[in-house]
Amino acid sequence: MSLKVENLVVYYCMRRGDCRAVEDVTFEIESGDSVGLVGESGCGKSTVAFAILRMLPEPGEIMSGHIYFDGQDIARLSVEEMRSFRWTKIAMVFQGAMNALNPILRVSDQVSEAMLKHNEALTKEEAKEKTRELFKLVGMDPERIDHYPFEFSGGMKQRAMIVMALACDPKFLIADEPTTALDVTVQAQIMQLLKRLVKELGITLMLITHDLSVVAETCNNVIIMYAGKIVETGSVLEIFQKPWHPYAQGLIASIPSIEKSSDQTLASIPGSPPNLLDPPLGCRFHPRCIYAQDLCQVEDPPLLEVSRKHNAACHLASGRIKDDKWSPGKMEVE
Amino acid sequence: MSKSQEPIVSCRGLKKWFSVSAGFFAQLVGGETYLKAVDGVDIDVYPEELYCLAGESGCGKTTTGKLLVGLIKPTEGEVIFGGENLDKVSRRRLRQLRAKMQTIFQDPYSSLNPRLSLYDTIAEPLRLNKIAQDGADEEERVVRALEAVQLVPASDFTFRYPHELSGGQRQRVAIARAIVVNPEFIVADEPVSMLDVSIRSEILNLLEKIRREFHIAYVYVTHDLSVASYIGDRIAIMYLGKIMEKGTIKQVIHGSVHPYSQALISAVPSPDPTISRKRKVLPGEPGSPINTPPGCLFAPRCEFAQEQCRRDEPLLEELEPGHWVACWFPRAPLRLGFDPADALKEKAKA
Repeated sequence: MSLKVENLVVYYCMRRGDCRAVEDVTFEIESGDSVGLVGESGCGKSTVAFAILRMLPEPGEIMSGHIYFDGQDIARLSVEEMRSFRWTKIAMVFQGAMNALNPILRVSDQVSEAMLKHNEALTKEEAKEKTRELFKLVGMDPERIDHYPFEFSGGMKQRAMIVMALACDPKFLIADEPTTALDVTVQAQIMQLLKRLVKELGITLMLITHDLSVVAETCNNVIIMYAGKIVETGSVLEIFQKPWHPYAQGLIASIPSIEKSSDQTLASIPGSPPNLLDPPLGCRFHPRCIYAQDLCQVEDPPLLEVSRKHNAACHLASGRIKDDKWSPGKMEVE
Repeated sequence: MSKSQEPIVSCRGLKKWFSVSAGFFAQLVGGETYLKAVDGVDIDVYPEELYCLAGESGCGKTTTGKLLVGLIKPTEGEVIFGGENLDKVSRRRLRQLRAKMQTIFQDPYSSLNPRLSLYDTIAEPLRLNKIAQDGADEEERVVRALEAVQLVPASDFTFRYPHELSGGQRQRVAIARAIVVNPEFIVADEPVSMLDVSIRSEILNLLEKIRREFHIAYVYVTHDLSVASYIGDRIAIMYLGKIMEKGTIKQVIHGSVHPYSQALISAVPSPDPTISRKRKVLPGEPGSPINTPPGCLFAPRCEFAQEQCRRDEPLLEELEPGHWVACWFPRAPLRLGFDPADALKEKAKA
């Protein structure tokens, strides 16, 4: 159940020009792994997810690249073939659970709809029975399957969304910001549930979020994106303890931690992400990078291995340029 | 901040109940139902202090913030600003006082008027309060405010419009607009929750700088306890309109004793994967603030709740100076993960 994305390029082609949302993205997720795809808004993390499921909203288009799922290139599947593939192999928990359920259908009907569509041999009763089991699995009262979404609280709606994603026994789950708009206590419940699904059902999880702390607690590996490109990938421990890319360093140093005493100072990254209709030449981070040199303005650094299974896309990391102030590891803030 | 000073803002027994009676029949029967958004809150905010109001959605933190600046009238209780009761002063005096209290809202995409240039946006409170003596004075004040929020050179920004700015820049404009009238007190309602992480810390550091430079007291409304522990001096943790625990950040975040604060704190994810905390996941979600049960409001979700908790309401009691808790059976203080930096500091002291 491995996923391999190779040189994926996704553009939103508009009259104003092409929004280069995802550019040359390559990564691999092994079976049973839990990977966090993190980045700020507009960095292309959700676009990657929609591209994998081939559900890009108009006018998004996969321009080139491959998405291998168990060796099969799903970027090349026809719409019809993809339909049978989606949800039975890869499913997704969408952002904004509050609005993702149909308010005028019973939750059980919404869940069994997917089951019945993908398995014609299934009867309505069997689908209902399975919905009950899934409700139990995510820690909800199976008696409530026939309720309407408005009768559910925010956390329960999110659980119902997870039930829907699990309806056809997928082995790969993409969760897109599953806890934004939920309270911390409920967020902790949902994250615990996702972790349990990975452990107990052997599901491979790709968690898309802007919250590095959630990734630190839930995932084994991290992919950090910036302005449509991957800047760094590696294990959670490696990335959080020894980030190499200046963006990753700044990002990690800018998260407040409840454990630290109050005299900590947070780093910040001046400026804001570039407009992807006209991204900067060279490294897309160079206009905000304190170490940027001439080379960074003209040549885009490739993603290279800096230590075992830890990659960074930076000329400093590859040694092409030098700066005495930079070193791999956490950023020191004065 | 020292306690010998008078608080700049304080509230006593502050209540805000919203009537939610279903309709004519319900009113006829006389069973008026209320949503108790804020139900008996006491806090004192001292000059140049940053006081955090924290809690889950629906706990009444935003409503409390609005009551403190007089944006809405309390059902009961009083707000005292600089020795004057907001409810008792004349309308004219209230207008004057309001210039001394400002608000910064959550969403910089909707809190700025898209049709006003930044100059007009920032000058508006000056005009409303008739603060500037003349055009030149007004311009000087606007430029100073822009410089204070690091939108420099100010001349580059004065005639721009909100749509030309990024989220972080818009929030800076909102801050400039708040400080241009030289307020003594600002309520900041989740000012960074809509912003990206890399920009968030900039705004937090800016708020801190402005607090020191202009001697402003803040009430900072947030659901994010890690932000509160970074920026705050004192904090009150609210649940369904009531304060559960309040005190300094050290007392409440690094040594909480109320089961609810403990659960809330242990639910905050840590950005350090090496710290493995014993996580206690609190089941359920906050109840409804309508028709609240007798006794402790948290009892239905509390794993330590006993008979007494469901019967009698615990009142806030001072456990140690400044540390107040509303709980019949406070727990042993919750110590957070071991921090080597703290340990070194303590070693150095000894």
